[in-house]
Amino acid sequence: MSVKFLYFAWLREQTGIAEEEVALPDDISTVGDLIKWQRARGPEFESAFGQDDVIRVAIDQSHASPETMLAGAREIAFFPPVTGG
Amino acid sequence: MIKVQAEDFDIGAEVKALTEGRTDIGAIVTFTGTVRDGSADNPLVSMTLEHYPGMTESELARIEKEANERWRLQGVLIIHRFGELKPGDNIVLVVTASRHRQAAFDAASFLMDFLKTNAPFWKKETGPDGANWVAAKSSDDDALDKWSED
Repeated sequence: MSVKFLYFAWLREQTGIAEEEVALPDDISTVGDLIKWQRARGPEFESAFGQDDVIRVAIDQSHASPETMLAGAREIAFFPPVTGG
Repeated sequence: MIKVQAEDFDIGAEVKALTEGRTDIGAIVTFTGTVRDGSADNPLVSMTLEHYPGMTESELARIEKEANERWRLQGVLIIHRFGELKPGDNIVLVVTASRHRQAAFDAASFLMDFLKTNAPFWKKETGPDGANWVAAKSSDDDALDKWSED
């Protein structure tokens, strides 16, 4: 399954990636699994995704929780807690 | 109505556009969020607002819809800026219009609390010694929680 990943704020800076296409392994079924998988992608991912209490995820532009299933996702975004307003 | 823009906004012109020709409105509340300067030992030079185009608009529309379901409103406007801003610049405008004041007051407060915790914007502050991403405040989550008590 090929999915578009987006990164914002310090997650974009720490990973050095704004946007990428990723082939997701079939055994990743939830957002929580995905964050664990991201951590193993290299040292910059390990440090960025190690702080999982400040990682937020949106699936197809809707807020998700660690239990949210990824099935059918086309666009997954990773970002810190929002600070607008 | 939702607007996500780099440009500044004119509060008077926006209120006029929302309410002109209407005779069903008895109360208009506006909230404007602006860029605060830093402290004496760490002054703010500029603030950059990043956002998630697409999701920003859909989250703001969801928040607007939620407010319209909770209160009887005659009009809602949310404008949020992005890009580089200076101390004193406008960041966000919320305008609510209703027949009686309480709905407009409450809805404006609700919209800001929801926007602060849900709309995908991130602030980066630049000072004389470099730039830092602003950390989210737990008080913003607490402010949101009060709306789920009833």
